[in-house]
Amino acid sequence: MAVDTSQSVAKAAGAHSARGRGRRTDKHPGRLRHALATHWYAWSMIAPVVIVIGVIIGYPLVRGVYLSLTDANEANVERTIGVNHIPATYEFVGLDNYKAVLTDSVFWDRLGWTLVWTVVCVALSFGLGLVLANMLNRKIKGRGFYRMALILPWAVPAFVSVFTWRLLFNERNGLFNKLLQGGGIDAIGWLNDPTWAKVSVIAVNVWLGVPFMLVAVLGGLQSIPGELYEAAEMDGASAWQRFRHITMPGLRPVASTVILLSAIWTFNMFPVIFLLTRGGPGDSTEILVTYAYRLSFVNSPRDYAASAAWGVVILLLLSVIAVVYRRALKKQGDQW
Amino acid sequence: MPTPRKVRARGERSPLASVGLHLTLIVAAVIAVFPPLWLVVTSFKPKTDAFDTHLVKNFTLGNYTHVIKDTEFLTWLGNSLIVVGLTTVIGVFISATTGYAVSRFRFPGLRPLMWMLLITQMFPVAILIVPLYNLLAGLGLLNQPVGLVVTYLTVAVPFCAWMMKGYFDGIPVEIDEAGRVDGLNPFGTFWRLIMPLAKPGLAVTAFYTFITGWAEVAYASAFMTGEENLTLAGGLQSFVNQYTAEWGSLTAAAVLIAAPAAVVFGLVQRHLVSGLTAGATKS
Repeated sequence: MAVDTSQSVAKAAGAHSARGRGRRTDKHPGRLRHALATHWYAWSMIAPVVIVIGVIIGYPLVRGVYLSLTDANEANVERTIGVNHIPATYEFVGLDNYKAVLTDSVFWDRLGWTLVWTVVCVALSFGLGLVLANMLNRKIKGRGFYRMALILPWAVPAFVSVFTWRLLFNERNGLFNKLLQGGGIDAIGWLNDPTWAKVSVIAVNVWLGVPFMLVAVLGGLQSIPGELYEAAEMDGASAWQRFRHITMPGLRPVASTVILLSAIWTFNMFPVIFLLTRGGPGDSTEILVTYAYRLSFVNSPRDYAASAAWGVVILLLLSVIAVVYRRALKKQGDQW
Repeated sequence: MPTPRKVRARGERSPLASVGLHLTLIVAAVIAVFPPLWLVVTSFKPKTDAFDTHLVKNFTLGNYTHVIKDTEFLTWLGNSLIVVGLTTVIGVFISATTGYAVSRFRFPGLRPLMWMLLITQMFPVAILIVPLYNLLAGLGLLNQPVGLVVTYLTVAVPFCAWMMKGYFDGIPVEIDEAGRVDGLNPFGTFWRLIMPLAKPGLAVTAFYTFITGWAEVAYASAFMTGEENLTLAGGLQSFVNQYTAEWGSLTAAAVLIAAPAAVVFGLVQRHLVSGLTAGATKS
C-alpha cells in the first residue's frame, strides 16, 4: 500500500521537476546539454555519495578482484622496509585461487555453518521481534518503559556488549557457570566447547539483533490501519485469523526489507564471531568472512590473493541470495 | 453447564492474559537489560571481586580513575570523537541529499544508484580491507582520522540514504510545489522546507551513523596503529590483550565507551520507530 502511493507521488514529482526545468532550456539543445539542464539538480545531490562510494568501494573492489587472480601474499607485494622500496613481484595466476577455494573442504564446511548461522539468527531475531512488537503494540501499562528496555541493547556498541557476554560466559569464573554450580550443575564450557560455542554466538547475535527487528516491526504494525481490525472483528474473526490475514500481509513490506538486510548483515557479521570466539574453538564458529579476514590479517604469511578470492566468492553468494529473494517476493506481488 | 463467555470490549483482555503479557515482557526486558547492567555493576567492584556474583559489596571508583589516569583512554576518546563527529555530520548531510534526490527526481542513473546502495551493503569487510589499506596508504591517509571517516561513510550512508528516501516519500510533494511557487529553487526547497520536516528521519540517520563509527572494530584496528592513533574500539582491543586479568579496568573502560552512545540513543529514541518505519516500508 505504502509502496504504491509513495511511487506515484515520486513519479508526479519527477514529471513536475522535469517540466519545470525543461521550459528554461534552449529550444534545440544538444542531448547532453539538455540532460544536464534537466537533471543537474538530482545529479549534484547524489554526486557526493557516488564519488565516495566509487572511490572507496569501486577501486578496492576492482583491485580485490584483480588480487584474487594473482598469487599475492605478504612476501611478494610492494613494500617499503626502512629506506628500501621493494616492488611487487606477484604474478597473474588466473582462476587458480577460485579453484583452490571451491575444491577445499574448509570452504564447504564454513559455508554450511555460515548458512546455518544466518538462517537461525535471522529467524530467531525476527520471530522474537515479531512477538515482542505485537505485545508492545497493545494497550498495556508501562509500554514506554518496556520499549526503552527492549531497545537498550541497540544503544550499547556491539563490541562492548560482546565483551560483556564474554565476561558472563567465562568458563571458570563467569556468572552463568557460577549460577549453574550454585544449582549443582556442572560448569559448561560456553566458549570452549564447539557445540556450546555455536549456541553462544547465536544467542549473542540474536540478543544484538532483536532491537532492530522490534523497532522495524513496531513501525510496520503502526502503519496498519486500525479499521481493518475493527472490520475483521465485526465479522467474527478470531485473534489468530486477524493476525494471519491482516497483520502478516500488512507487515510484508517491512518484513521483506528487514529480513533481506539482516540476512546480509548476519552473513557478514564479523565483530560478534571475531570478538567472542575468534572463530574458535578450533574453527568451529568460523564463518566465511572471519576466515577471509584471518587469511589476510592473522595467518602468517598473509595470503592476500586467497583472502580476496574468498571475498569475491562471498560477494557472489550474497548477490545470488539477494536476487533469488527479490525474485521470490516479486512473484508474490511485491513492489521494488 | 458451560459458563457463558464474558463479552469483552475491544482491546480488553482477561486478567490471566494480562499477567502473561507482563510476565513475558518482564522476562524479555530483564534479558535485554541484564548484560549492560552487569557490566556497570562489575565496573564498580574492586579488581579482586570482578567475578563475584554479589552485587557491589566494596564500592570503588578505582577502576575508573585507573583507566582515565594511567592509560591512553582519553586520547582514544578524543580520536573517536573526531572520527565519529565528522562521520555523523557529513553522513547525515549526504544521506539526506541522496535520499531527497531519489525520492523526488526521476533521472538517468536512478536505478543503478538504488542497486549500488543495496549491493554496497553486501561487501564483506574482508574483500575491501586489503585494497582499501593500500589505497589509504597510497593517499597517505593511514593513521589519519580522515581515512576512517571516509571508510565509515561508505558503510553508513547507503543504508541511511535508503532510509531517508522512505522518509521523504512520506512528506507530501505539495510542500515542494508550494516552495517552488514561492520562488525557491530545488536546493532551497530541500534545505528550507523539507529538511526541517524530516527531523525524525535525520535523528535516526544520525544515530545509525554515530553507532556505526563508534562501534566499528575491523577497519579501526587495521588502519590505525600506535597507541596514540587508536579509536576507542581499537583501544579496548589492545586492552584485552594487554591486561587479560584486569577485568576491572576493562569493564570501566567499556562503561565509559557505552555511556555516550546511550546518551545519543536517549536523545533520538523517541524518533526511532517513526523514522525506521518510513525507511523500511517505503524503500
